[in-house]
Formats: sequence, structure tokens, C-alpha cells
Amino acid sequence: MTLILEAIGYGGWALHALVWLPVLGMLLVLRSEEESAKHVAFWWSLGVFVLSLGLWWAFEPGWGGMQLASSTPWIPAWGVDYALGVDGISLFMVLLTTFTTPLAILGSYRYIGKRQRAFYALMLLLEAGVVGVFLATDVFLFYVFFELTLVPMYFIVGIWGGERRIYAAIKFFLYTAFGSLLMLVGILYLFMKAKTMLGVPTFALAELLQVPLSGTEQLWLFSAFALAFSIKVPLFPLHTWLPDAHVEAPTPGSVVLAAVLLKMGTYGFLRFLLPLFPVASQHPTVVSVMMVLAVIGIVYAAWVAAVQPDAKKLVAYTSVAHMGFVVLGIFALTLNGIQGGLVVMISHGLSTGALFLLLGMLYERRHTREIEAFGGVGRVAPLFATAFVITALASIGLPGTSGFVGEFLALLGTFETHPTIAIVASAGVIFAAYYMLPMVQKVFFNALEKPENREMEDLSGRELVILTPLVALMILVGWHPTPILERMEPSIEVVLERVEEAAAPVMEAEMLPGSETSHAPETAPTTSSETD
Amino acid sequence: MELDFSRQLHYVWALLPEIILCVWGMGVLIAGVSGPAHRGEDHAVSEDPAFGTGSGLGWVSLVGLLIAAFFNGWLYTLDEVGRGAVVAVDDFRLFANWIFLGGAALSILISFTYVYRNRLQAGEFFSLILFATAGMMFMAGARDLMLLFLGLEVMSIAVYALTAFNRRDRRGAEAGLKYFLLGAFATGFFLYGIALVYGATGSTNIDTIAAVVSGGRAREGFLTLGIALMTIGFAFKVSAVPFHMWTPDVYEGAPAPVTAFMSVGVKAAAFVAFIRVFLVGFESVSDQWYPVLWWLAAITMVGANLMALSQTNVKRMLAYSSVAHAGYLLVAVAAGNETAAAGMLFYLLVYTVMNVGAFAVVIGVAHQGEERLQIEDYSGFGRKRPELAVFLTIFLLSLAGFPGTGGFMGKIYLLQGAAESNLWYLATILVLTTVASYYYYLRVAWYMWMRETTSEDQHDLVVTPLPMKAALIIAVAVVLYLGIFPSSMMEFARAGVEGLGALGGGLLGVHP
Repeated sequence: MTLILEAIGYGGWALHALVWLPVLGMLLVLRSEEESAKHVAFWWSLGVFVLSLGLWWAFEPGWGGMQLASSTPWIPAWGVDYALGVDGISLFMVLLTTFTTPLAILGSYRYIGKRQRAFYALMLLLEAGVVGVFLATDVFLFYVFFELTLVPMYFIVGIWGGERRIYAAIKFFLYTAFGSLLMLVGILYLFMKAKTMLGVPTFALAELLQVPLSGTEQLWLFSAFALAFSIKVPLFPLHTWLPDAHVEAPTPGSVVLAAVLLKMGTYGFLRFLLPLFPVASQHPTVVSVMMVLAVIGIVYAAWVAAVQPDAKKLVAYTSVAHMGFVVLGIFALTLNGIQGGLVVMISHGLSTGALFLLLGMLYERRHTREIEAFGGVGRVAPLFATAFVITALASIGLPGTSGFVGEFLALLGTFETHPTIAIVASAGVIFAAYYMLPMVQKVFFNALEKPENREMEDLSGRELVILTPLVALMILVGWHPTPILERMEPSIEVVLERVEEAAAPVMEAEMLPGSETSHAPETAPTTSSETD
Repeated sequence: MELDFSRQLHYVWALLPEIILCVWGMGVLIAGVSGPAHRGEDHAVSEDPAFGTGSGLGWVSLVGLLIAAFFNGWLYTLDEVGRGAVVAVDDFRLFANWIFLGGAALSILISFTYVYRNRLQAGEFFSLILFATAGMMFMAGARDLMLLFLGLEVMSIAVYALTAFNRRDRRGAEAGLKYFLLGAFATGFFLYGIALVYGATGSTNIDTIAAVVSGGRAREGFLTLGIALMTIGFAFKVSAVPFHMWTPDVYEGAPAPVTAFMSVGVKAAAFVAFIRVFLVGFESVSDQWYPVLWWLAAITMVGANLMALSQTNVKRMLAYSSVAHAGYLLVAVAAGNETAAAGMLFYLLVYTVMNVGAFAVVIGVAHQGEERLQIEDYSGFGRKRPELAVFLTIFLLSLAGFPGTGGFMGKIYLLQGAAESNLWYLATILVLTTVASYYYYLRVAWYMWMRETTSEDQHDLVVTPLPMKAALIIAVAVVLYLGIFPSSMMEFARAGVEGLGALGGGLLGVHP
């Protein structure tokens, strides 16, 4: 495989192709017939996925830096480069994106009735934007892609969404834009600092990492970046846009939103927040705040999910809970924690994506998502029930599924540094069973009372094609996570080293007012030195 | 060729584009008066309004702009010796001239059918646009406050007349009167400010003023008062809050192509002159005016964006949006460094193109008249006229400063200028008000794409004749080009402000 890839010079053009092929596909879809648009979009995005698979082999597992990196000047006067690269953190995010997009498109065949060309064009544009976010190694370029993903999603929710689609679309847009624009000011601040220090303007992440920042500056910039990413994640209490957007979005929109768009936030934590502001990131107050918010998110979202009559809203809230585990794992600042966080990101992408697809299939059959409207569906649609149950169990985090690996590692990593928080968060896993299983029971088991449910069709061939790879991956990752973990590890080590390097100056008196809420052992000895 | 201003003839060379425009404008005027429309003959000659009666004068005016543009390019070959002349021949002026000429050309392209359908006097209409453009160019080239005032008046009076141009439209008359009265008042302030500055420094030449002021030889009280009054005059012309009260009414009442023209041209001219007077002439006393501009910028951004949120008339919404953009540009004046000034030039260019583009679609939706300007009238537009709706969406995203469009690059440029002068609070206000602006720009988009038409034939009468199509395609191309490949234009804008500062130095920027 490696030989074939080398023969076609894969490493040289693959990343660019992954960003720009979807754009090309978008143009093709726009020029195709209204009826065939969906097929063009599906096959095209499948092709992009096949292409992206090459990354698995082209990627050197033992190396933590940026791979297949390339950089061309884009706006020389500002030092902006068109620079792409992939490492152990972004590799899986890219694969997740290219993997879910064709499935989401295939899953929307029956759902999207009107203006199909525009819809599939926007889906491909969205894919290009998200892949760009994960591959950009220039902060300016990252910001451009980060913002660019908003537009297609805004239209996808706003045009093809449910009853309150416009409200949901604009809320989604304004919330996210609010955070990212403040981040833009932070980026410019970093840029100005770098320009003063280096003498040349640059937005390259590797260069910006060299900029020394005082504790206060780090805290401010951390806040600006963290706000942007926390809204995207979304971290409690910034999550209120999510249930609206998820419920109103059409099935494929929800799938992409849950599977990849939310990951842009936690990815931002790992790629930018921790490396750029290591001092602020391990400040005990900051860590406590982030962790406590994550735990509140986990517990609160679980309780809110438990009382939702609408199955889609229930799943939307589970996103908040799962992403809480990711944030928890990341701010544990341990290898296990961050690895766990990343696996939860993958697992959540698979299981929640699949859940939204399944709910979309239910909706197509019955035109309702009320849990009460179903019951005993498992008897008439056994395949449907099987897929749903496995997915729900993966979502809960049953051992043997991907969810277990991720949540276990995240909690383990958290326990190493913050045992109390880890114990509270563990309760979240139990809550997950508490909200998910009754829903599964009410929909698929119980008595088959309602006559509408008797005629429920089982999964069609197309639907099986969508769900099989998702379910297979959930189980595969659950049983054999090592190939994933070993590819992530070096890159996570790089991030952690960077954080640990900054651990010595972190002890500056100004930075450590001494927080009681902290349990971080690595911050215990406080040596005072001169403040900035 | 070197310009030697001791010889009168060299003034002609230095002012050739302006002179051409003025002469051309008079020619168009005379041709219009002696044309068939004025003899009371039947108006409708050709079905296609692009080639109907009076439209010939539009094409002729475009040729005039083209010739002026040619000589504007020729001016790059001339070297200015010393800076004692009344008129500047520097890259700053020439870059600004491109903006005015481009804005005027686009405005003429979108006004063909409008002029025809509303039976306006084509000769007067197009010649007034040419005169106003010449006035703007005088303002950009003025190195003397008197020439600046002259340019301001030439521009303003032409625009007052254009505002009230449709005699059959009451709102136009009202807007014209309002604009004229308030504008005359503001001009009074401005002129009085010039007089006081003259009293304080003994000169109206901006470079001499700079030398006197930085030498500490100016009379303090007079100077401060003069600067204050001139600030008011400029603030009125760029429509900064709280001197913006006229803007929504005038923008709503004026014929739509005129609104497009003045929202870009008048603003650009006023800002260019603003930069030259304040950052060159009064640079050394920036501590006096800087706080005022800081607050002007802040309240303009906040006030305009908040007021725009509740507008239901698209023309009014764009009026408040134009006030908001004045706020963003004021940030550049407050920052006052070279990056900010270059950013301002770049932004004015992008703003000209995207705003005229947006107005072009508005005119189309309004059936080339003044009806159907409510936001509800855009319902289902995306379904009926997808290509126009896509264009308008791009212009709105650019106005909102979204990545991929020139508006984004312009905003980043302005933000960088603010960052260089450490104006972090202003930068933060700029981005926060931008979030607010997303709402009202996107609202038009949601009406277009996410709502159904209210009646079946709602958008059947939307016409985009050939010249308007040309303007739209040019505008979209420029907006996207500057959004994706902004580099060369950025360098060009940067070159425009190099050597602009007092006595040939660079702009130092304001250091609060």
C-alpha cells in the first residue's frame, strides 16, 4: 500500500486534494441535473473518502509533528501562508469527516425533497471547510475555514430544517460567530506580538508558538480562544444553541453537526489552546473552571435528556454530555485523559451520527419523533432495533464499544489528577444509561400497541449500507483501539511536553493566587519570582 | 515628467482627470438639453432600456470616466517636486481617484433603466454624477484647505441635486431639502473651522499647517476650536453618529442609484480628505483630537449597528449599514498609522464595489423604481431568481465581513491598523458590533432563501438589463477576487499611503 501511495506521489497532493476536491464536487453538483445531484454528491464524497484512506498508510505513526506538511505564501504582506499538515490529532478528525459526509449524504436521499442541487452543493462545501479546519497549520487560514463552515450550515439548517429552522439557524450562526470574532482579536494580538519579536509578520502556528507571553496575556488570550471553542463544543452554559440547531436541522445536517462540527471546538483546544497558552491552560483556577463546567455539562445534560419527549432532542443533549467528557479528558492534561478525549470525539462522531441517522429513518417512516408515538417497533423491524441498540450501547459507553474506550480513558486520565471530579463525572456514565435505555425500551420494546407501528418497514438496503460501517467501526474501535491510540500518542506527547515545559514559569506568583478548588498536584509548590 | 508649479500650465497637467470630467459633464449636460427628451418627444424608442433614449448619454458619460481614468493612470508618470502646491500628485490621491471613478462607473451602469423607467432627465442626471465625481477627486487631491472646500462644495451641491432629482417623488424632494439644509449647516461648520485654523497658523496649506503646528507656533485656542469644527464637518459628511440623523431619510428618499453613488463616493471622498487633513496637518496635536475620534468611532459602530437591527426597509437598513461602515473606517483614522490608512483605502475600494453591488440587486427587486423595498418583498427571491439572490448574498456576506470576500480582508486590514496603535478596545468593539451586523445582513438572506413567495408572480417583473448585469458581474468578481487574492491590491494600497505623512515622512500613528 505504502509503495502504491509513494508511486503516485500521494503525500505531495493528498491534503490539498482533500480540501479542494469537495469544492470541485460542489461545482459539479451545481451543474448536474436536479435528480442526479444526490448521486453525484454521494459518489464524489465517497471518492474523497477513499482518497483520504491513504492517509492511514502515508501517516508515520511514531512521529508527533506535522506530516505531509506544505506551505505556500498566500498574503505575503501579512505573513499568511496557505499551509496544510496532518498529525496524530487531526488525522482522525479528517478521516471522521470524510467518512461521515458520504454516509450523511446517503442518509438524506429520502429526507431532502426540495432544492436538492443546492443542498448537496452546500454539504460538499461544508466538508471542504471542515477538512480545511482540521488541516490548516496557519492560524489565519484556520480562522478562515472555521468561519467558512458557518455559511453552509446556516443555509442547511435554515432552508431544509424543521418548523423553527430560521430561529435555530440564526442562533447557531450568531453564537458561533460571536465567539470566533473575539478569537480573531486574540489572533491579531498574537500576530502583533510575533511581528514585534520576530521582525517579520507571520501567522504560522509553529512561529506563533515561539512568542513568549506573560501570565496575564495568556489568561486574556486563553479566554478569547476558549470562548470561541467552548461555544462550538459546546460547553455548559454556552450550549443552548445546540439543541435548537440539532432538532431543527435536517438529518444530514444533524449528522455532520454532531459528528464533526462540534469536534472543531475540542480540536481547537488541543491544537491551539493548550500549546499556545500552556501557562494559562494549567493554571489551577482555569483547569477547575473548565472541568467543573464539563462535569456540570455531563450531569445536567443527562438529566435534561432524560425528560425529553422528543427523541432527537434527547440525542442532542447527549452530545453536550459526551463533549463534556472530551473537555474533561483534555484538561486532565495527562496522556490518558487526552487520548480518551480524542477517542470520545471519534466514538461520539460514530454513535451520535448513527443515532441521528436512525432517528431520521424513524421520522421518514412515521413523521414524528415523539418517543410516546412508538412502542414495540423491534418486533416488526428487528434489524432496525439491532442497529439502534448497538448504537445506543456505544453511546452509553458499554465495554466492547468505542464509547467505553474513550470514556474510560478520559475518566482514568482525570482520576490521575482530579479524583473528585472524575468520580462525579463517572456518575454521568450511569446517567447515560438512565436516559438512553428507557428511550430504547419505549421505542423498540414494550407492547406493540399503535397500529401505525405495525406496518413499520425494516431497514432497506440503502439504510443497511449506511449503518453497517458505522456499527462495525463502533465495535472495532471498542475491541481494538490500539492502532488509533498509537497514532495519536506522539502528537499528544508533543502537546503535553509543551505544557510541561511551561510548568516551571507557571509558578510565577502573579499566576498563582492559590485556588482551593484545585486538586492539581503539579501546581503545588509555588515559588515566587518577578512578575510581568 | 517633473511638475513645476511655478508654471500655470503644469496645474493643468496635474488636474487633467478632473478637468476632463468637468468638461465632459458640461458636454453631456448640453447634449441632454438639446436631446429629444427635452423637446417633448416620445420617450420610448427602444424596447431595451440599455439602448433607449437618454441611455446614449450614459454610455457617453462612461467613456468620459474611462478617459479620466486613463489620465489618472498617466499621472503616475509625473513627479511632484516639493509639496508647496495647492494640488497633490501622489499615490494616495490617485488610488482614491480609482475608487471614485470606479464607484461612479458602477453607479452609472446600474442607473440606466432606472433613469429610463422613471423618466428622469438623462443629461442632467449623468452630468451631475460626473460633476460630483470631479468634486470628490478635488477633495482627494487637495493639499490646501481652500481646494478641499471647493471640492467638497462641488461634490455636495451635485449630490443635493441628485437626491431630489425625481421631481415626481415627494420623498425625494423631502430628502433633498433635508440633506441640503443639514449639509449647508455642516459646511458652515467646516468653513468656519478652516478660517480658525488659518487664523491659528496663518496658512491654508496642509503641509505648512503641519510645520507650524508641530513647531508649536500655532495659536492654541484657535487651533483647537478649528479642529473641532472641522471634525464636525467631516463627521457629518461621513455620517458618523451623532451626525448621522440625515442619513437614513436621505438614503431612503433619494433615487436608489443615487443612494448607491453617494453611499460610496461621498463617504470615500470625505474619509480620504479626513486622513490627509488630520494625519498630515494636525498629526502633532493628535492628543487633542484622538479621544474625540475614538469616541466617534465607538458610538458610530455601536449606535448604527443597533439601529440597523430593527429596520424593515432594505434601503434604510443599508443606510444604517453605511453609517456602521463609517464607524469601522473611523477606527482607521483614530489609529492613524500607515497600515490603518492603507487599510482604509483598501476597505473603501471593497466597500464601493460591494455596496453598489447590493444596491444594484435592490434596484432590481424594486422593479427599477422605488416600490417593494420592504424586507418581506424579498421572500422567496432565492427560488425565483437564484443568480441574483446568490449575488446579493455574497454582497451581504462581504458587507458583514465574512471570510472569502473582500469585506473580510478589509476588516482584517482595519483591525491590524487598530492593533498597531494598540487600540484593542476599539478593535473589540469593532468585532462585537460586527456580530450584531450579521443579524441584519443575514435577515435579508433568510427572507430570500428560507421563506416562500407571498404570491405566485411576486418576482416576475424583476429585470436586470445588460448594464446592470455587467455591474453585478464586475462587482461580484472584484469582491471575491479581493477576498481570495487580496495581496496585490493590498500592496497597491500600501504604496498609496507611503510618504503621505507630514513633510514626506510616513504616518506615525496615534499613540495614546
